[in-house]
Amino acid sequence: MEILMAFVIGILFMSATYLMLSKSLLRIIVGTGLLSHGAHMLILTMGGLKRGAAPLLGEHASSYSDPIPQALILTAIVISFGVTAFFLVLAYRAYQELGTDNMDRMRGTEGND
Amino acid sequence: MINFLILPILIPLITGVLLIFAAKRIMLQRWIAGLSSVITIMVSALLVQKVRNDGIQTLDVSSWEAPFGITLVSDMMSAILVLTTSIVAFACLIYSFWSIGEDREKFYYYAAFNFLIVGVNGAFTTGDIFNLFVFFEVMLMASYVLLVLGGKKAQLRESIKYILVNVISSALFVIAVAYLYSVVGTLNMAHISVRISEISQVAQPGIITVIAVLFLIVFGLKGAIFPLYFWMPGSYYAPPAPILALFGALLTKVGVYSITRTYTLFFYHDIGFTHQLLSILAIMSIIVGVIGAIAYWDVKKIIIYNIIVAVGAILFGISAMTPDALSGSIFYLVHDMIIKAALFLLAGIVIAIAGTSDLHKISGLIKRYPGLGWTFFIAALALAGIPPLSGFIGKLLIVKGGFEAEQYWGAGIVLMSSLLVLFSIMKIFINGFWGTPRAYKGEDTVPVRRMMIAPVILVAIAVLYGVGSEFVYPYISQAAETLANPNIYIEAVLKEY
Repeated sequence: MEILMAFVIGILFMSATYLMLSKSLLRIIVGTGLLSHGAHMLILTMGGLKRGAAPLLGEHASSYSDPIPQALILTAIVISFGVTAFFLVLAYRAYQELGTDNMDRMRGTEGND
Repeated sequence: MINFLILPILIPLITGVLLIFAAKRIMLQRWIAGLSSVITIMVSALLVQKVRNDGIQTLDVSSWEAPFGITLVSDMMSAILVLTTSIVAFACLIYSFWSIGEDREKFYYYAAFNFLIVGVNGAFTTGDIFNLFVFFEVMLMASYVLLVLGGKKAQLRESIKYILVNVISSALFVIAVAYLYSVVGTLNMAHISVRISEISQVAQPGIITVIAVLFLIVFGLKGAIFPLYFWMPGSYYAPPAPILALFGALLTKVGVYSITRTYTLFFYHDIGFTHQLLSILAIMSIIVGVIGAIAYWDVKKIIIYNIIVAVGAILFGISAMTPDALSGSIFYLVHDMIIKAALFLLAGIVIAIAGTSDLHKISGLIKRYPGLGWTFFIAALALAGIPPLSGFIGKLLIVKGGFEAEQYWGAGIVLMSSLLVLFSIMKIFINGFWGTPRAYKGEDTVPVRRMMIAPVILVAIAVLYGVGSEFVYPYISQAAETLANPNIYIEAVLKEY
């Protein structure tokens, strides 16, 4: 299962890199979304994909699943959610103001704005 | 255990929340922000004294004992940095009163400002690697807002690049923490250090070295070291002076602090590889920074490139790992935070008067503004490390430590860089302040006297810091002792573990 996850994460990172290298701003933002998905999956996999009981004291099970990676992912998801929302609004505003979503044309030099 | 060390995080947080509700009442906002800033300075000064008297302070949040819960740890280094942050924040705040403009003040400038301080103080204080990530994000989110506030074309354009770089580095941070967690199975920094020593008894395993380099990339992106500084000159160029001062003095230093913390607490078993890499990158940063600082004819750009030089000098001291070099680095770190903030604020006044940051179009300012000129001159000397000003002791100790560690080339380059830094900053002084005075459009509307308050305070602190280094040194050496000997930190956090 971990091997499969490793491939999934690898593909996510690959597509994220491809998208982030493109010129369109929207594709770049989708790329950052995929990148953070990949990172979150990686946390889950790195904690070990165990099949145990819920980590509660009342459950007298022989093995428990590790709750920490899940807590970390939850935090990381919320953060990347907020950042992506901000990024989308910023991209829209930049599109209105600069009149382009092409990163090539956003190069600009000082003094000509 | 006391709750004292959480106050420098909590006070700006509550202030920030309050200020959101008072967004349209500017005078009220200024008073609240100013008062809370003063209280933060007092609390953090008390904290420094408390750490000096009683040793490292820790707080297990919600009483979850370390290593299970999130622990806040205030050792001497973080206490000093929190104090410096509070002082720099106060200076930038009162500078903003007369320069940032009503439009920004009405649109949550002070709230975002306080949230930035929450993130910075939190990152300095936390003792949990994932909590460090969270505070990084708090700080970054506030910095996105501050960078884009105002909505000029240049700001929007640069914000996009800045956010993209930081989103990628945050993803890498999460990845690095995930790798580390899978190897050591804990997130508490002291506990991570114990576990890494256990598995590195014979030799440091390759995976730990990989993680060390990954952390270096993550924090290097924030701290703008050699190959990863590319985003900084553009992004820092966009916002106005007080925000630029805040970014230049605090944000990059959080990256430097994190490198210091991880490289002295976690990855000190295989110095041959990781610290060698760090020292090469540090020296390259110095060289690249100096070249940039000399090449540009723009007030802001010159000082921005000097940030990279300073980061290189500090990290070179860290990579040498001798007690002298470590105390030199801490000394220089504090000095650099204060003096960079002062220089950016002074440059802000120059730009406000001249209406441009192009040195070709500025000259003769010292005729009409002698106070500004001489303050800038003292700040420039302090930056270059002329004795007895504050940059001198730090650089002296770094160079001494470099020679002790037999890194003659590196120490030599740190020394040489001082001269070139002096040259780059004197270029501003000679071209901007000397020469024939010019008339600038709208210079009479600039409240120069009031804007001078903050930089003068900072420069005075920098001078006192240099002259009174005899008095400061015990604090610094206590901080360096904890860095050189991680067991002090570990024992303070994991008491009976």
